[in-house]
Amino acid sequence: MPAPEREAIEVAQDSALVEALRAGDERAFLDLVGRLHGGLVRFALGFVRTQTAAEDVVQDAWAAVLQGIDRFEGRCTLRSWILGIVANLARTRAVGDRRSVPLSALQPDDERAVEASEFLPDTHSRWAGHWARWPEPWPDQCLLSRETMQHVREAIDRLPQGQRAVIQLRDVEGCTAEEVCEALGLSEVNQRVLLHRARSRVRKEIARHFQGSKP
Amino acid sequence: MSRALPEDLDCIVAVEQVTDYIEGAMPLQARTRFEQHLCYCPACMIYLRQIKAQIGVSALLAEHKPPPEEVTRKLLQFFRASRRG
Repeated sequence: MPAPEREAIEVAQDSALVEALRAGDERAFLDLVGRLHGGLVRFALGFVRTQTAAEDVVQDAWAAVLQGIDRFEGRCTLRSWILGIVANLARTRAVGDRRSVPLSALQPDDERAVEASEFLPDTHSRWAGHWARWPEPWPDQCLLSRETMQHVREAIDRLPQGQRAVIQLRDVEGCTAEEVCEALGLSEVNQRVLLHRARSRVRKEIARHFQGSKP
Repeated sequence: MSRALPEDLDCIVAVEQVTDYIEGAMPLQARTRFEQHLCYCPACMIYLRQIKAQIGVSALLAEHKPPPEEVTRKLLQFFRASRRG
């Protein structure tokens, strides 16, 4: 389904949920917490140092959500609004913990998706800029192994803050680009550049992992 | 007279366009050129498949377990207090 339609459906579903929350429906609140809490803690961990700090941030965020729910206008999805609150609280907390990263760290850098050395040099008479050696296809069954998944998890966790936040929300949590831009205050282009850098880096690590595990 | 095909992309350029391609963020002409490159270049096709497979694996990392019971209890207290206020 195209992203704008998905987002429209989500906003519509949100309005029923927001009404239920405003009316004091505990079931609705607990469902929402059950659906989002784990992902929010993981997202907060991209900004603060410890699991405890991340848990604290997310609890504070829930309190802020409940305080603000009467003013929520539904101009973005409920999830992106909540993510934005978590991001703000986590960043504030990180400043206190001296683990703050300036917002400029969210700006794109100019690294390559694949090292230039993987391609034939400009001096090559026929195939300059083409792969020097084909990337090796990944074995499907290994890709889903616990070990590989753990590698992907760790590769994501090692990314610079902006890249980590974007790939976590887009590829792990399944947020739309619009939700991520809203939650992190990014332009569409910056969101996409960060996603590109993040995916490229994680791919390099998976490739290295498969390379290393070959007999 | 046959119409000339657009000049083929270099792989080093194509790999930088993969995210724009998957995101549907490419103008038609660039998209066509990219897709045409894929037809000629099995190596870039492998690269694209890797990125797509990686996205699939990443989605399996989502954690949907509810918070520990004492946290749930605390949040429920917040909720009740906020609705009384």
